[in-house]
Order: sequence, then structure tokens, then C-alpha cells
Amino acid sequence: MGEAAEGSKTLHNWMGEPRPGDQDDEDKTLQLSLGLPGGGGGGGWTTPGREKGNHSVAGSSMLSLGYSNAAPFSPCSQGKAKGSPAASTGHALASTHNASQTRSPNAPVIGWPPVRTFRRNLATSSRASLDHQKGKMAAKPEEATKRAPFVKINMDGIPIGRKIDLNALDCYENLSLAVDKLFRGLHAAQQDPLAAGTRECPQESVAISGLLDGTGEYTLVYEDYEGDRVLVGDVPWGMFVSSVKRLRVLKTSDLSSSVSTSSQHPAYADPAFRFLTSHNPCS
Amino acid sequence: MTYFPEEVVEHIFSFLPLHSDRNTVSLVCRVWYEVERLSRRAVFVGNCYAVRPERLVQRFPNVRTLTVKGKPHFADFNLVPPDWGGYAGPWIDAAARSCMGLEELRMKRMVVLDENLELLARSFPRFKALVLISCEGFSTDGLAAIASHCKLLRELDLQENDVDDHGPRWLSCFPDSCTSLVSLNFACIKGEVNPGALERLVARSPNLRSLRLNRSVSVDTLSKILVRTPNLEDLGTGNLTDESESYLRLSSALEKCKMLRSLSGFWDASPICVPFIYPLCHHLTGLNLSYTPTLDYSDLTKMISRCVKLQRLWVLDCISDKGLQVVASSCKDLQELRVFPSDFYVAGYSVVTEEGLVAISSGCPKLSSLLYFCHQMTNEALITVAKNCPNFIRFRLCILEPKKPDAITNQPLDEGFGAIVRECKGLRRLSISGLLTDKVFMDIGKYGKQLEMLSIAFAGDSDKGMMHVMNGCKNLRKLEIRDSPFSDVALLGNVAKYETMRSLWMSGCNVTLKGCQVLATKMPMLNVEIMNELDESSEMEENHGDPSRVDKLYVYRTTAGARNDAPDFVKIL
Repeated sequence: MGEAAEGSKTLHNWMGEPRPGDQDDEDKTLQLSLGLPGGGGGGGWTTPGREKGNHSVAGSSMLSLGYSNAAPFSPCSQGKAKGSPAASTGHALASTHNASQTRSPNAPVIGWPPVRTFRRNLATSSRASLDHQKGKMAAKPEEATKRAPFVKINMDGIPIGRKIDLNALDCYENLSLAVDKLFRGLHAAQQDPLAAGTRECPQESVAISGLLDGTGEYTLVYEDYEGDRVLVGDVPWGMFVSSVKRLRVLKTSDLSSSVSTSSQHPAYADPAFRFLTSHNPCS
Repeated sequence: MTYFPEEVVEHIFSFLPLHSDRNTVSLVCRVWYEVERLSRRAVFVGNCYAVRPERLVQRFPNVRTLTVKGKPHFADFNLVPPDWGGYAGPWIDAAARSCMGLEELRMKRMVVLDENLELLARSFPRFKALVLISCEGFSTDGLAAIASHCKLLRELDLQENDVDDHGPRWLSCFPDSCTSLVSLNFACIKGEVNPGALERLVARSPNLRSLRLNRSVSVDTLSKILVRTPNLEDLGTGNLTDESESYLRLSSALEKCKMLRSLSGFWDASPICVPFIYPLCHHLTGLNLSYTPTLDYSDLTKMISRCVKLQRLWVLDCISDKGLQVVASSCKDLQELRVFPSDFYVAGYSVVTEEGLVAISSGCPKLSSLLYFCHQMTNEALITVAKNCPNFIRFRLCILEPKKPDAITNQPLDEGFGAIVRECKGLRRLSISGLLTDKVFMDIGKYGKQLEMLSIAFAGDSDKGMMHVMNGCKNLRKLEIRDSPFSDVALLGNVAKYETMRSLWMSGCNVTLKGCQVLATKMPMLNVEIMNELDESSEMEENHGDPSRVDKLYVYRTTAGARNDAPDFVKIL
């Protein structure tokens, strides 16, 4: 399916660096949209605005990321793609529907996928509400993909920092393992200066564990773009990746006394909970 | 038999649970018709334009439960222009005049106005239950009228309606004397509600079994409410974004609800809340996490892996194939699964493919109802699923990219869907997607003997496709097609069939005005409605005689003739 392949190529370009001007204008079926989220404009499942007389035909300034009706026998749906939202410029809706996994950023298809309107708005409004609740400005989705995947990470007591590629990891457990891998040798070297300079018997060095649940000697925290220091593990992974500026591995004992390793409530066994131990658990 | 006294005949009829059976016995003779109609307590109208409301209430004056459905299903996806119709007014007016004993009204995809709700509230002294699903046109003022005047109200169930918010006053309109509530669902109300009024209402409703809150209700309020509802069976939470302390209170309140079997809501849920649900999980039979893009694969699976008795699960595709494997290994009693697409970007986890579905099918052999949005599918997977789960009644698969072929072989998915219809002999509802040729329709027509509803999008090569379905699916009631190459030939290939069906929807296909006119002429008991995209002139007359394609076609059988409430853009032939 040639169109799909071409779409795929274009999409990768768009994902890396949005360059709508470079689109091949000859290919009228390709449309990339920079539209505002909500109202169905998000993620490419554009729903039709009732803008009579405002036909957003392929090739117009309205470019919509979405699924195309590539069927030649249905010119109607393409020609009358009124799905483009009114705001013509705006922020790219980066990967709001896993664009990197899809292969057809073509003209928007009205009413596709067959999902009710309130579900289309759910993601953007939910994320906005969660960010608002955490006192951050809603992260612009385009920045999520522009942020450098490699973040600095420093560990207490180790003068040399490392860099870690968060995009190569997919969950907090793997982050914890990666941190262990990065620093274990260095940490061991700090403990025993005589071992510094030898790279033998790495398995004798002690694993750095318990980074996420407060049980270890060290705990993983991060700094976000607002300058706040936050315990790692609270938010969904993707949100974390988009908001983390740098990582730190701190001595657990250096953290505030609010972090403890014992609790009575079974819920506290969950890593997401460790910061709650500052409150008295009810029993 | 005809010499039985009428009371005996009526008593015998009371054992007939199905509408269709009661319809049948009423055809036997005049006496039975009369007995049946006067003793009929529940009427189901699948298409509000199939029969005149006045006619219906005259035939069944003693009806207690009335169910009416309005717009065609594709209205859910904005394919039906606004103001198309489906007005509740005429039904409520007619019932108010003739059916004083009305107790329950259920409406789906209809336009309900505040004045309709006000009339409803005042007209039926024994009114007990109002269920509105995917309706629009009313505001919280209409709800205030219901709350104020329906003294015996047991059920107010608002599912996914579009309600204008005129403030929180409506909830305070339930009088202090209202203590009969069993079910209250206002999850779709967008605005705030008064927490104090809500708590007081719950406190005086000892029979409350089902409560679904909206997004504005905080964890604190939820905790206070739950203390009052130890017998609650079904809960829809408010938002779960609060500070950690509130969850401790919530947890102890939840522990008291030993009857809780079904959970939904989770609006804007922060992962903090997840462990507090754990104590409930073991008993849950229903779980709806599909409004929660903020929980990722790991949070979701931690919860679901504990739900060993789960029968119904709705999730977003953030759960990923890996998460579905957890579902498959934990929820052996699963009967219904819905996986919705999410726009929320969660790195690497929002992909749901054929692997997830195969895992579910092998872990959950009782699965009978599926709605699955995914990025790719293969024939091999579908064949495996069909073998693992021959009990499907509803199988709806939506591959997000239209006309996408088998992800491995690049072939059409005819074989896969063919296996589904062949193995699942009880299949009643089917939605197909991906790259499909006429071949799949051959199989559907050949094997889909129980099929009642079929949804087709971007599929088929020629009219033969649709003809296979029309000729083969004996029990077909609803056929909805979009963007597929079916023309007048298919439309007119089996016109008698439409009399046996509730409705046909075709949009983005190749039917023409002429073809529709032929259909309307041949079949006077059908309403043939066409809707064309309006252009600047927005005058249907300009297109008159134009052999151009018809954008949207909606055909349905009716005893009511052409409807008189159609807007300008709808032409009824």
C-alpha cells in the first residue's frame, strides 16, 4: 500500500522535526495537521466541525494528522473533510495516538475510529487536569517529543555523573536496574578505594536496590522543569519522561524524616506509597 | 382454548417473557389480541419512527415500562447531522395522555428537552425509573423537575448523555421525603454538585444499591458517602486526585462495603489511589477503567491481577498486550472485554495488537462479548481466537487504520473474520475492519445465521459483498455500512429483505438518488431518508434530479409513514 508507506516516511519526518512546508504538495491525500486538542481535533480522529462552507480539502492550510480515507471510490469523504478544527495554527499533537506506531497520517476520516466524542476529549482533559492538580502548566505535547532523552544522573558521594537514556527504558523497574548498572561499579569503588582501578569480579559489588520504595540505602529522585525535587515513581512513566530534567540518587537517610521503611497499612508495601508514611496510617 | 375466560388467558400470557412471543400471540385471534394488549406491561420500540406514539399508547394503555430508541447507531460517531430527529416529546406527550400508569421510561439516542422532562415529572404519579442513554437536549433544570416531582423515584440513570449544566441546584431538589432511591447515576453531568446535598440524599436512601458519581465529587465526599451505603453493589467514583490522607479515609469506608461488585469512574485517577482499591478487587465482577488515561500498564495490572472473579472489564489500550496477558492469567471468568483507544501518550505501552487478543482468548474461554480497538491484526490470530472462544455473541474489532491488511502476511483479513463467523455459531453482533474483500462477506452470509447486527467500514470490492449479507443472514435486523463500494445494485438486490429488518444505514457508499427513489417506490412501507452534505446553497432542490451520489442513506420499515419532523437536509422519498 504505497500511500501508507509514503505516509510512514512523512510521519517520521514530522515526529522528528515538524516541517509542514516540506510536504510534497503533489500528494494531495497527505495531510498533516497542527490543530488544537479537544473537540475531536486531538490525535487525528478528527470529528467534523459543523462549519458549513468551510471545506478543508486536501492541500489547504489545515493539515490533520489522522487516518485517511484512502479509498478511491469514496471521494466524498476526502473532499468534504470538514473535520479540521477552526484553529489552524497551534501546537502539533505529538504522538497523541501513538503516531510512531501508525503508518497513515493522511486526511482525517470523519467519525473514525468509531469512538464517542467524550472519549476523544478524555485524554487531553484528563492530562490537563492532572497537571493542573500538580501545579504544573499542562505540558505541551510537542515538547514531550522534543525533550532530550538523555538526562544527567548524579549519585550522592560519587563526583562523576552519568547520563541515562530514558527513551530506551520503558518503566520504573528498568530505570532502577539501569541506575544500578551505571553506578554499581563506581559506588563500590568509592566504598573501597583499593578496588578502584580494578575491574575484576564485578559480581562481588553490592547491587544498588530499593531505589523506588524507600527500602534501600539510596532513593531515586528527580528534578523537573519547574525546579522541584520529586520522588521518582508517582506519575505514569510517559508523563515522567516528559517532565524530568535530571535525576539524582540520594542517600535515603538524607531525605526528610517522612520517608520510612515500615508501615502498618498493606497499601504501603506498594512503591507508589512510600512517601505517605509521613502520615499516621489508620488501622 | 378459545373458551377459556380472559383472565386465564391473561395469566398464561404473563409467563411469556419475550416481546416477540407476546407479539405473536396477539396475532392469533381478536380475543387474544385484546387480552394481550390490555395486559401488556412493557413495550420496546427499537426505532421511534417505526410506529406512531399515539397508536402505540392507544393499543397498550396499561403499559408500565416504555423503551424507545431514536437515532441510528452511527450517530454516536457524529455521522448523523445534528437536528436529524429522534424527539422524545411526542412519546412523552402521548403517554401523558393515555398511559397514566407509566412507571419506567428508557430512552436511547433521543433528543429530550427540559419541557419533556417537566411533563414527564408531572404526568405519572407512580413514575419510578428514568434511564437516558446517549441522549441530548436537556439540562440540569429538567433533572430538577424529575427530582422535585417524582415522589416514588427509584432509579435515575444517566449514561453518557450530553447535558447542559445549569448549576448544582438539581440535586437539592430531591425532597426530604424522597427515600426510595435504589439507583442514581449522574456520571455524565459536567458541573459541580453540592457535596452536602449529595451526602444528605444518600443518607436518606437506605435502598441505594447503585451510585455513580461525576468528576466533581472529591475523595473526601466519596468517603463520607460510602459510610452511609454499606449495601452498595455498584459504585462509580468521582475524581481520584486528592491528597494522600483522603485515601486512608476512603479505604476504611470501602472496607465496609462488603457487597460491592462493580466499580467504575476513576476520573483523573492518580496512581496513588490504586492500592486502596486492592481490598475490593477480590470480589469485583465488573470493572470500568476506560475513563482513566492517567493510569498506566503497571497500575492497571496491579489492580486487575487481583480481580480474580472479574466478568466484565473495560480498559484503555494503555494496558498494552502485556497487560492483557495479565488479564488473561488472572481473570478466568471474564465474559466481556472492551479495550478503547487512548490518545494519551504513554511511552511504549499504548500499543495493543493481535497478541493481546490471542492471550485473552486462550486465558478466558468464557469470553462472549468483545469490543477491541487495536493497531494491527493477523488472520492467524483471529483463527486462534475463534478456536479458543467459540461462544462469542458480540465480536467487534476495530483496527485503527482503515483497510489495514494482515500485519504479517499483508493479506486481507477475510480468513480471520471468516473463522470467527464459522466457529461462533451464536454470533449476534459483528463489526469488521481492516482490509477486507468480498470473500469475507461470502462467509458472513454463509455462516452468520444468528447475526442480527453487522457493522461494515471500508470493506468489500463490489456489490456482491453486500448481496451475500442480504441474502444469507436470515436474522439480520440492523445493517450499517460506511465507505464501502456498494451501489444501487446491492441496494436494490433484495428489497423484500428490508421489511424483515429494523434499518439500513449506508454512508460514503455509491448509491445514487435514482436508486433510492426506485427503492422508495418499490417498498412503500419503508422510509428512505437521504442526507447530503450541505454546501453553500444548502438547498436540496438544486440537487433534484441530479444523479449524484447520496452521502447518507437511512432506510427503515415503518407503519407511521413519512415523519413530519424531518429537518431540511433530510429528504424522505
